Amino acid sequence: MTLKLIRGYPEYMRESIEMVEKTRDQRIKEKEKEKELALTAEEREEVLNKFHPDYAPGGKRELRVGVNQGEIVPNEVADILEAWPALNPDEVDLNDIDYDVDVLIIGGGGAGTVAALWANYEGVPAENILIATKLRHGDANSMMAQGGIQAADRPWDSPIIHYMDVLGGGHFANKHELVKALTEDAPKIIKWHEELGVMYDKDEKGNFIERWGGGTSRKRLHSAKDYTGMEIMRVIRDEARNREIPVLEFSPAVELITTEDGEIGGAILWNMETKEYYVVRAKSTILATGGWGRLHIRGFPTTNHYGATADGLVMAYRAGARLRDLESVQYHPTGAAYPEQIVGLLITEKVRGMGATPVNKYGERFVFPLEPRDVEAAMFIRECFGKGNCVQTPTGMRGIWLDSPMIEELQGEGAIRKNLDAMYRMYKRFGIDMTKDPILVFPTLHYQNGGVEINANAQVLKGDGSPYPRFFAGGEVEGGVHGKNRLMGNSLLDYNVFGRRAGISAAKVVRNSSKPGKLTLKHVKIFTEEVKKINVPPERRSPILLPDYRGKRVLARKIDLPVMQ
Amino acid sequence: MGKKIEILDVDSRQIMDDIKKAASPPEEVEHWVTIYVMGKPYQVPAGLTIMKALEYAGYRFIRGSGCRAGFCGACATVYRKKGEYRFRTALACQTTVEDGMYLSQIPFVPANKATYDIDKIEPSPTTLLEYYPEIARCVSCNTCTKACPQELDVMYYIQYAIRGDIKKVAELSFDCIQCGLCTLRCPAEIQHYHMAQFARRLYGKYYQPKSKWLERRLKEIDSGMYEKPFENLAKLRENPEKFKSLYYKILHEGMEKEEKRIEDPLEFIKGED
Repeated sequence: MTLKLIRGYPEYMRESIEMVEKTRDQRIKEKEKEKELALTAEEREEVLNKFHPDYAPGGKRELRVGVNQGEIVPNEVADILEAWPALNPDEVDLNDIDYDVDVLIIGGGGAGTVAALWANYEGVPAENILIATKLRHGDANSMMAQGGIQAADRPWDSPIIHYMDVLGGGHFANKHELVKALTEDAPKIIKWHEELGVMYDKDEKGNFIERWGGGTSRKRLHSAKDYTGMEIMRVIRDEARNREIPVLEFSPAVELITTEDGEIGGAILWNMETKEYYVVRAKSTILATGGWGRLHIRGFPTTNHYGATADGLVMAYRAGARLRDLESVQYHPTGAAYPEQIVGLLITEKVRGMGATPVNKYGERFVFPLEPRDVEAAMFIRECFGKGNCVQTPTGMRGIWLDSPMIEELQGEGAIRKNLDAMYRMYKRFGIDMTKDPILVFPTLHYQNGGVEINANAQVLKGDGSPYPRFFAGGEVEGGVHGKNRLMGNSLLDYNVFGRRAGISAAKVVRNSSKPGKLTLKHVKIFTEEVKKINVPPERRSPILLPDYRGKRVLARKIDLPVMQ
Repeated sequence: MGKKIEILDVDSRQIMDDIKKAASPPEEVEHWVTIYVMGKPYQVPAGLTIMKALEYAGYRFIRGSGCRAGFCGACATVYRKKGEYRFRTALACQTTVEDGMYLSQIPFVPANKATYDIDKIEPSPTTLLEYYPEIARCVSCNTCTKACPQELDVMYYIQYAIRGDIKKVAELSFDCIQCGLCTLRCPAEIQHYHMAQFARRLYGKYYQPKSKWLERRLKEIDSGMYEKPFENLAKLRENPEKFKSLYYKILHEGMEKEEKRIEDPLEFIKGED
């Protein structure tokens, strides 16, 4: 039979857990001293350079086509940007328009839904909006964010301090106008959520219970237990349904449509179930396709949802949009490393925010628990692969302990069930009680820090830096907000702030302009000519839409018969 | 700050290759189980989730796979085990396969959501019944609770809904992932999860008190008092070294200022005029 488990862990891992238990009381007593472990700027550099996957050689290459030619991106991203279009432009008839709308929103996650609502508030009738999405409405990373959303709303905090934190976390590479928008709009977004009926954790006076996030200098994290993303997403989706905003599910965009005048004029959608295509003409188009986690950059497991395959980057790049900060990938320090069934899934930063300390195999502290994510992740990798002070799982994963029982000691019994019920539930399903035993973690691929460059009005920028007419973006697909590293609680904020701004900007276009000019897919053909020159294997096509996890044995025997196509 | 960390001499590229190998599925499978996917038997490695087992067997999901982490409700699954009368429910991404499972995925749940204007409702003990009158048909059979993969007390919150206790419905249903299994199993044809969503929004909007601090901050922002400091910061960025040291100063003083609740957050930028 399989390995004998004691309360969810194999016997040999229990030995290490005992060492963690032995040091726990002392560590709790000295919790204050943890900040002495915080790294200086030079120490951060040293650790990042050697142990962060972004800095380690061998993972990236120069782009050979398109606007960002010559820039360095992860290999997996270069593979889909330097690929043949999945759609053959000659097979579609652009004169036969299926949907003629004011606002087309590509992506039905957080950003797309917020954009739809604000376009509607700004006067675009619901029936003239179309959300096209690859999976179901709400199937997105937005649904999975657990820890919370940042907003500086307490008297001893300010948007200015929030701004500084975002800049520092992003290695000072962020765009000023975007960070200003992010931090200044944040309280407005929270207010909007209050009015919609989002159930945030509050005290009896109605003020928010706010917690630490990594790399922040004030407690600023608003949460709804550890279901924050789900709570916001299901409320805004409910509101979109109340307003009867049309949604086409399982119908991803596979190519943008441009116009003879060099504007964006809509998109080609592909119904994944019937395999037919739809031509959508739109006065304005909002890209809200999310990020790239399912590309499994450098072979890392991911926290991301099934559809996070960077389709938006591919489509926008072919149309001539400029990308930025794509060389920087966010690895979340705490992905589950055990049990095997949940490897890579997110253990929210709130677990550390509430007091759990990362410790090594011997129960020793080795890192300040709330460094910015890239530094924290690199320190974990250093402890596991640089020093070997880690626990190896039966399937070969390595990890360090996150001492979750400390939370119960520091915040009172029941604090985990009250604040981290999703985490508790997940571990309980696999026989582990995180109120009593620590949990094993290792960094996991989490977020696309960069993306399609936008300005403060959420307008997409072209190669020359000018705004691309009729084209907007919000959420993880866009770049410039977070620079080279996003802080916790700023992704939920990002999609709300820039989804809202995209919706408002799109509504303005609708008010001030007529239908777009003659539709064309010329840009796809031009891009294909570039791809022809660089010797790309014929089977490499994009957008890829979904990852393929089928077993090797099946794929080895898979054949396509020329019937039933 | 910072006792110096030791400098390690390592091959970073090798480390990344080792991580990739550690994170890949093992080449050798030691234990196998047989599952029945809509009646067809497949051998799959023991220890996989239902979702990964189906993929191993050769299925490529379009429907039935969403967040893959237990938050979205896309992978509702019903099954029986060989020789058992019990009808079971699960999330495919959060449940380990067992030998002899007869599995079926639920691709979609037909259910109607009431539409409403949240700003125009005056919640009362009968509000939930007005919008979802079918809750009164509850026969207290508890099948919804048994079906819930989140192990929520679904029947309890339906009972509270009938009595008009919006707060209790909101609290008890909070962890709902809206997979719809309760609604599929209900003999009284109640649409639990839509009703609960309505209750939570009513609670969040009308029963939770509003934040005063938030109001105060919104007024400050509208007054434009942050415009000048933002401009100053933009200017200060032209001197990266100075900007960097300001950042580290704010960050390192943060914990103390938070603890003491020192209310002069603009202090550090005033002198930059």
